[in-house]
Amino acid sequence: MVELELKNLYDDFRDGETIKAYAKIIAEDAAKLEKPINIMEVCGGHTHTIMKFGLPQLLPANVNFIHGPGCPVCIMPKERIDHAYVLAMQEGVILVTLGDMIKVPGSNGSLQDARAKGADVRFVYSPMECIKIAEENTDKKVIFFAIGFETTTPMTAVLVEQVIKQKIPNVFFHINHVTVPEVMVELIDSRDVHVDSYNNEIDAFLGPSHVSVISGSKIYDKFPKDYGRPVVVTGFEPVDAMQGISMIVKQFVEKRCELEIQYKRVVNHDGNLKAQELIGKYFEKMSLFRWRGLGNVPNSGLKLRQEFAEYDAEVLYKSVLPIAEIEDHKLCICGDILRGMAKPQECTIFGTACKPTTPIGSCMVSSEGACAAYYKYGNLL
Amino acid sequence: MCLSIPSKVVKISEDETMCTVDTMGVQRDANLMMMENDDVKIGDYVLLHIGFVMNKIDEEEAIASIETYKEILEHMNEQDRQAAILEDDECPNRETKAP
Amino acid sequence: MQHTINMGTYYKMTKTITIAHGNGGEENNELIKKIFYKNFENEILAKSEDAAVIEDGRLAFTTDSFTVSPLFFPGGDIGKLAVCGTCNDLAMMGAKPKYMTCSVIIEEGFATRELEKIVKSMKKELEINGAIVVSGDTKVVPKGSIDKLFINTTGIGEIQQKGISASALQEGMSVLVSRDVGTHGATIFAAREGIELDTSLQTDCASLYPQIEKLINAGIKIVALRDATRGGVSAVLNEWAKSSDVCIEVQEESIPVSQEVRGICEMLGFEAVDLANEGTFVLAVNKEDEQSALTLLQETHKTATVIATVTKEHIAKVLLNSSWGTKRFLDLPTGELLPRIC
Repeated sequence: MVELELKNLYDDFRDGETIKAYAKIIAEDAAKLEKPINIMEVCGGHTHTIMKFGLPQLLPANVNFIHGPGCPVCIMPKERIDHAYVLAMQEGVILVTLGDMIKVPGSNGSLQDARAKGADVRFVYSPMECIKIAEENTDKKVIFFAIGFETTTPMTAVLVEQVIKQKIPNVFFHINHVTVPEVMVELIDSRDVHVDSYNNEIDAFLGPSHVSVISGSKIYDKFPKDYGRPVVVTGFEPVDAMQGISMIVKQFVEKRCELEIQYKRVVNHDGNLKAQELIGKYFEKMSLFRWRGLGNVPNSGLKLRQEFAEYDAEVLYKSVLPIAEIEDHKLCICGDILRGMAKPQECTIFGTACKPTTPIGSCMVSSEGACAAYYKYGNLL
Repeated sequence: MCLSIPSKVVKISEDETMCTVDTMGVQRDANLMMMENDDVKIGDYVLLHIGFVMNKIDEEEAIASIETYKEILEHMNEQDRQAAILEDDECPNRETKAP
Repeated sequence: MQHTINMGTYYKMTKTITIAHGNGGEENNELIKKIFYKNFENEILAKSEDAAVIEDGRLAFTTDSFTVSPLFFPGGDIGKLAVCGTCNDLAMMGAKPKYMTCSVIIEEGFATRELEKIVKSMKKELEINGAIVVSGDTKVVPKGSIDKLFINTTGIGEIQQKGISASALQEGMSVLVSRDVGTHGATIFAAREGIELDTSLQTDCASLYPQIEKLINAGIKIVALRDATRGGVSAVLNEWAKSSDVCIEVQEESIPVSQEVRGICEMLGFEAVDLANEGTFVLAVNKEDEQSALTLLQETHKTATVIATVTKEHIAKVLLNSSWGTKRFLDLPTGELLPRIC
């Protein structure tokens, strides 16, 4: 084929025959494995692909998934969700955020509940809409509640830059961007000596697609090198996922432990340097960020740099924002589930106190988290 | 992962800060501020995420991947064909063996 | 109205009503069951079909309110929607629309010319259905009380074929869809402020009785019929599976979706089967009627397709079979439909 058409970029990476072919290749290779392997797909988007296309049904019994932490919203600690709620309920505030935030429950309810109580909450497709909203409502404070992994962070940075350049006086930011490599380390080698990460069952990682577009695959260099875990950076279409899994299985069969890129059409080692520059210009790492179900993960959260404090809603509204850390439910075993040391059905509150409509841990909050997926698909999996 | 989709660039603004992308007949304006100047051209395939162009799609790599999949399928089909012939050969109901 | 009772999922009714309660999905059903059905309890209501069947099966009777924004969208407006919506509810019971009422609540300051345009749209659609408006009401409320214009219509129709019901599906039957899906929902989203997608997409809003009349006149026994409004095709299939206590197995790749709707769904993270339609219906027939029904439907829309079979595989669930041999459940859409990043 000579000419690439847009539809090739969709259809050819979703082709049923190719998916079946890879299932066969994986089965043939997996027969040579010495022991079963567990692959963690880190990002909720991959979990979505895996569930939507029924990929576990195509894999042999000795190749398993451990579903990762899920979406960047599902892992937010309750106290930060409460921040969103409190800010939304402030007089004269328009809280703007992305659709994923709408149903996540905090202590007082979700943003959906806040809106029902009269708060001005707006869900946007692109952060840049904040500028328009601010210009149309000059008497209000527009607070952008920023969420997302590395993929979404540079867009917030562009917004910050434009707000400063265009001297827009009424846009502020509450930053909740988190990064991926640090939580990957936390799962296999926890900073917290009281947490049992030693017994984790994660053998390899399917690296996130679009986080890697921004940051480059360089962020995973340490996993094969220092932790003995192969990483294959994989695209999000079903053929991509199957090829990525096939590449991991081959590594085990051939006794290799490497960082490979399956998603070559958009990922390279360095990533989008301009995007990285933008992130570095406006944000810096927080020393600790609490992840729901996992506790504190060092250097995994971002905040606005000191010099931009005047735009930081966490500074401006310090007096009203709750700071008390809300502990995860003591019966929640998300941490163990994420490490492959337990299965959803082994959790004492699975399906009873913790269900998709009343989720407690991140594995249930995320609509494709291990527990939510098991709840929905149970006997089909 | 983060929802991001391939689109084709059909127009670029004069100051090169914005462009128009097309996804299966649906068009939207997209922000180019995450890309270096002059990097994106009309006709390029790009990844779109929340209204921004995130990266360009390497066409050669995309074609290489698609070619790989074709080869795998051809190989599979060939294997299936061989297996079918073998099965046929060994079928006790056949009167004569295939050459 | 279209509802279903008893989803078998326990929900605690919230203290205040949320937007999700109007979504046509789980929360909506919960609202209807816990507050309205509980107090208005009676046999006819309990059947919860698209329209009530009254007077010993002779007549169908229904109501609907229209609050769509924007009022004018590609391919239609709130007036066309108001007539199509109610007449289609009657058509979905196999009834010929005959009489309608029309009540409007108008926000102070609304442009008279726009109102005229909307009412003219209604007139055109009434003619297609062969129905007339025989009674109505108008109210004007202070600026800010409502969003420009709300319309309520009720309709009465004469049932031409009895027994059409969501609980009538049986193993072996075929399920067809009258055209490509998700068009109305996609059109509305694309037009929404902030999303601003440029597309030539138009709503599928249309009166369905003419197609139903054709099916009935051809002697096809319609087992179940429903237009896929809020909650899309997904909502209809789930309601049927539960009402009839069967499994509906869908061949995923047979679901017809137009390129542009697909493009919008890709961009915003939606599934076309969850999006609303205003001129698309789902039809269940006996296997032997499948081909003749399909031929008739394709006379109006070439994209009409057979999408599913009724089985007993997983009772009360809708199963999606992929072309590469995997399965998953198609669940009722929940919550408000919003673009997502992950």
